[in-house]
Amino acid sequence: MSVPAELNYTKEHEWVAINDGVATIGITAFATEALGDIVFVDPPETGTTVAAGDTCGEVESTKSVSDIYAPVNGEVVDVNQAAVENPEIIGEDPYGRGWLFKVELSEDPADLLTPEQYTQVTEGEG
Amino acid sequence: MTEPTSAPRTTPLNAVHERLGATLVDFAGWLMPLRYGSETAEHKAVRERAGLFDLSHMGEISVTGPQAAAFLDYALAGYLSKVKVGRARYTMITAADGGVLDDLIVYRLGEEEYLVVANAANNDTVVAALTERVAGFDARVADQSADYALIALQGPEAVRILAPLTDADLSEIKYYAGYAHTVAGHPVLLARTGYTGEDGFEIFLRPGSDAPAVWDALLTAGEPYGLVPAGLSARDTLRLEAGMPLYGNELSADLTPFDAGQGRVVKFEKDGDFVGRAALAKAAETERTRRLIGLIGRGRRPLRNGQQVLREGTPVGSITSGAPSPTLGKPIAMAYVDGDLDIASGEFTVDVRGRAEAVDVVELPFYKRDR
Repeated sequence: MSVPAELNYTKEHEWVAINDGVATIGITAFATEALGDIVFVDPPETGTTVAAGDTCGEVESTKSVSDIYAPVNGEVVDVNQAAVENPEIIGEDPYGRGWLFKVELSEDPADLLTPEQYTQVTEGEG
Repeated sequence: MTEPTSAPRTTPLNAVHERLGATLVDFAGWLMPLRYGSETAEHKAVRERAGLFDLSHMGEISVTGPQAAAFLDYALAGYLSKVKVGRARYTMITAADGGVLDDLIVYRLGEEEYLVVANAANNDTVVAALTERVAGFDARVADQSADYALIALQGPEAVRILAPLTDADLSEIKYYAGYAHTVAGHPVLLARTGYTGEDGFEIFLRPGSDAPAVWDALLTAGEPYGLVPAGLSARDTLRLEAGMPLYGNELSADLTPFDAGQGRVVKFEKDGDFVGRAALAKAAETERTRRLIGLIGRGRRPLRNGQQVLREGTPVGSITSGAPSPTLGKPIAMAYVDGDLDIASGEFTVDVRGRAEAVDVVELPFYKRDR
């Protein structure tokens, strides 16, 4: 299972990349593999204020609906319209073209998992 | 369906599924392949080329004896004594109150020999009901589910893939027919039936047959034609597109065949009494309180089992099966709505977790193959 070393994670199977105070957020390869073909994604809208741990959107596969949780506090400043239009790219390239949304941080995030910690989470669930 | 209390049973093809990298899930107490890779790709392969399914979880119940035909006429809604040897019927078994206990395919293998195929989750119920109802008939009921493996080959290339592997002349096997033949040298009941809306075959592997060898022979023969293994996820979206009811969704013990729009399976013209006759005769006369309709979502958000259907904002029914349709590229669903509802007028929506999604009401099925 691909768990890139340069990212942080949540136990809800999201990944977070922070650059210059902006967090890019997506779902992990572990999550996309478990979901199956992703057919619909509803990320939070640009301008929304999100708080870490809150549900802020949905990802749907053929068989199920999953909530997207905000991993950080801040304001949504960008949404990946390509993923909204073609949700299959989330499964094809979860850490690249399949990113979901960006949040301008209002404070430094707490409680994010290291790649090692996240790998332990997936081993527990796998 | 009851929660499994022990580890799920595995089919004779379990090692094959693991080798092929299947995602395995507990389904009706069986460890079954959900998908091997992309369920959408598997679905499209069955529509455009061919797919191979392990259906060994299905129940096989043999009914034999001089009064096998008369017994099944009494025990089931269908007119099984009218079925010619070598042919099959879609039928149902109901309770005395007319509620559907299961939907079945029944093959007539000989004058005094039938094979009843039940859904995995209902097999024990069907075996118990048949065993109780056989009292007084010169016939025997035997649950042979553990002895049979079942492989389905479905899709437009099915004939070309199977022909070189079987002693059967496939042009002679009609839809809903099944005969003893061989596939890859193994004795099978070869039936032209299926649950996908495509042409295809269901291959019942007799006791002693080597299911992995037959599976591998089919997969190898099918490779040039684009055959892929397909899981339960594709099976469900295929049957939904084809408008075929699923027990537990469109069919239940609380519904009669008439409620489900399947009243044609009840054969009142049969001689003698049959279980449920009085209740079903009443149900046939009564105005239907609900009807099964098709819905196509105008947006992209998938429709799901259990969501409420509204007309002009007023609840009129609920979805029994919903999924994104790979063939239509849109969300589709089957739903029960009030029997007297005017579906020709008004704006219909579905409550998708608090959002009103616009839908169009359509006739079932969503997909019908060109013949």
